[in-house]
Amino acid sequence: MAGSSGLTGRQKLGWAAVSVVILVYALFPVAAIFANSFKTQADLGNPTFWPSNWTWGNYQEIFVGGAQELFLTALRNSIGITLIATFIAVVLATLCAYAIARMDFPGKRFVLGTALAVSIFPVISVVTPLFNLWRTIGLYDTWLGLIIPYLSLTLPISIWTLSAFFRQIPWELEQAAQVDGATQWQAFRKAIVPLAAPGVFTTAIIAFFIAWNDFVYGISLTSTEAARPVPAALAFFTGASQFEEPTGAISAAAIVVTIPVVLLVLLFQRQIVSGLTQGAVKG
Amino acid sequence: MASITLKNIVKKYGDGYPAVNDVSIDIDDGEFVILVGPSGCGKSTLLRMIVGLEDITDGELLIGGERVNEKAPRDRNLAMVFQNYALYPHLTVFENIAFPMRLAKGQFSEDEVKEKVNQAAKLLELTEHLERKPGNLSGGQRQRVAMGRAIVRDANAFLFDEPLSNLDAKLRGQMRAEISRLQRSLNTTSVYVTHDQTEAMTLGDRVAVLKKGVLQQIASPRELYEQPANLFVAGFIGAPSMNFLPGTVETNSAGNPCLSTPLGEIELPEHLAAAGKDKEIVLAGIRPEFFEEASQVEERRRGHGSVISAELSHVEWLGNEQYGYIGYENDPRVVETLQRLAEDMDSDDLRTQLVVALDAMSRVRGGDTIDLWVETRRIHLFDPATGENLTRDAEAGAELTRLAAEDRKRDRERQASRD
Repeated sequence: MAGSSGLTGRQKLGWAAVSVVILVYALFPVAAIFANSFKTQADLGNPTFWPSNWTWGNYQEIFVGGAQELFLTALRNSIGITLIATFIAVVLATLCAYAIARMDFPGKRFVLGTALAVSIFPVISVVTPLFNLWRTIGLYDTWLGLIIPYLSLTLPISIWTLSAFFRQIPWELEQAAQVDGATQWQAFRKAIVPLAAPGVFTTAIIAFFIAWNDFVYGISLTSTEAARPVPAALAFFTGASQFEEPTGAISAAAIVVTIPVVLLVLLFQRQIVSGLTQGAVKG
Repeated sequence: MASITLKNIVKKYGDGYPAVNDVSIDIDDGEFVILVGPSGCGKSTLLRMIVGLEDITDGELLIGGERVNEKAPRDRNLAMVFQNYALYPHLTVFENIAFPMRLAKGQFSEDEVKEKVNQAAKLLELTEHLERKPGNLSGGQRQRVAMGRAIVRDANAFLFDEPLSNLDAKLRGQMRAEISRLQRSLNTTSVYVTHDQTEAMTLGDRVAVLKKGVLQQIASPRELYEQPANLFVAGFIGAPSMNFLPGTVETNSAGNPCLSTPLGEIELPEHLAAAGKDKEIVLAGIRPEFFEEASQVEERRRGHGSVISAELSHVEWLGNEQYGYIGYENDPRVVETLQRLAEDMDSDDLRTQLVVALDAMSRVRGGDTIDLWVETRRIHLFDPATGENLTRDAEAGAELTRLAAEDRKRDRERQASRD
């Protein structure tokens, strides 16, 4: 394929136009929600995009107002459950991917195949039996009751990304370090971990997003604020009266839960430096 | 610094196939030994067993007289340069070179580390690159960093695993000279693996030729060239390769012993004829430079050779010399042997042409029929059935290796007096 420098002026224009269309298509809903979150209840019905007068009211509502309890506990649940699920998924996937990338054992393909199969199952087909099972064994409406299904979402993709990543690591470095006088553990820690870290970070972020964005498990396997995560909690917002839709508050909450995701990407962008392995072996 | 002794080393993998079979080599303190052979001959496996990255199935490995079979790589105190350099991409050149010293905690102070790294960098002309990451260096620079990492430690020995195979031809020549110079000045025992016979010949004090895990011959480059032990060594060492011309030992019309070949009769010295006369057929190993245009040969040398007449199919003029090619019909009795030899050497030509080195001034062309004088004294006769060299003069060979060892000693003394 020709690089961008090889494109003619018309081609460049075409690409730019297509990019703009896609960007608008993808970002318009986010912008709309952002605008809505600053509108007053009365303003929401007006056919204007931006608020006629900006207000922090909706944010006050969810942080210090009537929806405070519902939202803040849900936020705490979401953060806790997602972090734990991500952590466990990354640790397990790292061990698994290491074995898949480094060792030759019977059933290697089977492990990868199963991981893929698990991720193909539609969540909705699993959730009903899980609901019954969880109620029977007492996991219903608990953190653990969500962490386990989240692992089923995050583990397969983590195993796949990490094993693909580990395969590219020049493992010869481990031997070089051993010859240089390192113990096996030192060789792993000083030569391999620095190279593996970007891959693990990337995987952790992907896993975090998946668990963070889940709605179906969140709404089906919880009944109180003991474990209900934010995406599910949004559905339980109520307006000032029963005739009012809490659109403003929901928009504000949606913006708030988007922030960690954006923050994560910005923060770890540097960690995911591509090409860190360049030059280790023949380039 | 230490000697390395391999005693009947065997390496068998899970399927029972011996990758290295019963190899015994004595490497003297300060000696530069090359392990050479085509791919799959076990040379890298052997090196990795010495450094401790592969387990030794059977046999004994001694470094400095001490058995190290069971020791971990880090306890053997050897330095290795890997084929792919194996630099740590997240560390600067300085830290890459300092890495072994950082691992030996407490042994080196910060100042010592700095001094040693700077010294190595100066030796390898890396001083201005010390703060860069390996990813930004050229192939030759990376190679030098890898060598820097090896020389900062007072290692017992240097091990090289095809260190130049990723470099282009010109750089390879430079680095070869660099490695040679470095080894001579540091005088550290070195084992060097390569599949390139030029590297083997130019670098080694002694060269060990391996085929399919079995040691064929270990000797100085000169001995390998002049007195090869068998067909494989003879064919592997030297470029262009030795010609193997089939023939039978007979007596010609003048009553002199001669070799009857597809290209005519070649008169043989008595001792060669005696060695080959019991065989139904022999392969005459004749190096391209044993030939000369008959008209160019001085009178006093003429008697040491024999003249054949042949038609050149084509010539290659290279400036410093030129090669002529002569096609001939191969004897069906040796075809199989030569085919197997070609396979063993990783080449696929069937050698039904003779290569002769001619004077670059000569204006012969393809299609010309010329008289070729061949120096018969240096011909070797091989048994096609076993590959054995029937005319090997073991004593003359040993003498060549002894002379090489003497040269080496002289080098070392000169070096010592300079320091």
